[in-house]
Amino acid sequence: MTDTPLLKVSGVSKFYGSRIGCKDVNFELWPGEVLAIVGESGSGKTTLLNCLSTRLMPTAGSVEYRMRDGNFRDLYHMSEAERRFLMRTDWGFVHQNPADGLRMTVSAGANVGERLMAIGDRHYGKIRETASDWLSRVEISTDRIDDQPRAFSGGMRQRLQIARNLVTGPRLVFMDEPTGGLDVSVQARLLDLLRGLVNDLGLAAIVVTHDLAVARLLSHRMMVMKDGHVIEHGLTDRVLDDPREPYTQLFVSSILQV
Amino acid sequence: MATPLVVSEVFKSFTMHLRDGIKLPVVNDVNFSVASGECVVLGGPSGIGKSSILKMLYGNYAVDAGQILVGHKDKIVDIAHADPRTILEVRRHTLGYVSQFLRTVPRVSALDVVAEPLFARGVDAAQAKDKAAELLAKLNLPRELWSLPPATFSGGEQQRVNIARGFITSHRILLLDEPTASLDAVNRRVVVEMIAEKKREGVAMLGIFHDEEVREAVADRILDVSQFSPRKAIAA
Repeated sequence: MTDTPLLKVSGVSKFYGSRIGCKDVNFELWPGEVLAIVGESGSGKTTLLNCLSTRLMPTAGSVEYRMRDGNFRDLYHMSEAERRFLMRTDWGFVHQNPADGLRMTVSAGANVGERLMAIGDRHYGKIRETASDWLSRVEISTDRIDDQPRAFSGGMRQRLQIARNLVTGPRLVFMDEPTGGLDVSVQARLLDLLRGLVNDLGLAAIVVTHDLAVARLLSHRMMVMKDGHVIEHGLTDRVLDDPREPYTQLFVSSILQV
Repeated sequence: MATPLVVSEVFKSFTMHLRDGIKLPVVNDVNFSVASGECVVLGGPSGIGKSSILKMLYGNYAVDAGQILVGHKDKIVDIAHADPRTILEVRRHTLGYVSQFLRTVPRVSALDVVAEPLFARGVDAAQAKDKAAELLAKLNLPRELWSLPPATFSGGEQQRVNIARGFITSHRILLLDEPTASLDAVNRRVVVEMIAEKKREGVAMLGIFHDEEVREAVADRILDVSQFSPRKAIAA
């Protein structure tokens, strides 16, 4: 158990004019920890995720990240170039729609290899070998390495997006509804894969989802959002088994039992 | 540590906000402790709060007031007030839980389900699997099932996977929520023997056993939970 967090979030708020996107969010994330942000549509989950990952500038607050040299840097005070470098190497971002995170018109191998080239790999043979290794880790047959993601099914595209993100050995991965829009059998496979990868690689992850089963399976800790505010925050088991807030009780009791 | 688990002045109620904020008291003023090598069995009728006590100790339920002190490594952690990260750390190394039902994950084999707590503690994979195989064999789970995900197993088979998973580590404290509920007589005896072995190793255990024969065999002491029931106070 390390004693230094990876990410320190304090007072993050985002306003769209006079409307609240998210308000006064505070938490810390440690290495290897998976945090789920849950809530209904429009509760501010994605706004918060975008603020944390610097895809969106918050109106107020700060997010500090512990760089590989051990020093904390305020993400909003970095140069654009530094932020982009971080995004391409030490971070991953898995979009709900794989088309947002992939280049649809270059091969699967190149999609994975691009991130490697961004960190300085130049040896074509090695890049291809690593790409092929990652395709098999996400259960895509290696004879599809030269095919474009356009020719892949939704589930395969999502797995390719995950491979593309994880190939550089990131320490923090953001995921926006990683299993949304996939059918149930594909979801189960993807979840199991994600769970295994997160455990094996010791990744820290922030996962936005409205699916509480996904949150239970993947996350250690859970934050419940409503109208832009974090209304409940705790151990995932505790929030789901003993919800305290009226809205959380409603949310948890609305799950259909199978 | 002679007494790794101490519960003092714990109160628990549920507030049902969706039912006009009705407050359901569960237990009041719970006080007890469990010593190393001791198996304490929670007694009392259904609905008196036995499972709730186990869930509070494991961190699944929040408590309204009181302390749940657990000897974790060389310090004492209060589960009632610990942050999620600390609770997970305590679960990984000190506090084990064998529930009645197995939460299965698609595609993970029975052997890996059992070995997982050891993987999480950083034990070498081959060694962890050997230990898992040894336990499954002891619990008479047919060898041809080991490589299959337990989702399709019978109730008794799932429960044996669950027990093996709970007993594989050397946790200092074990919480047992009816681990023998759907087992046949032969396997119940195996579990009784496994509990006796844990006692010899100095593990502190707290359990719920409805089966009288098992309870007689494992309990050093029976703790009557109805003494903590708020309903008793109302009736009196």
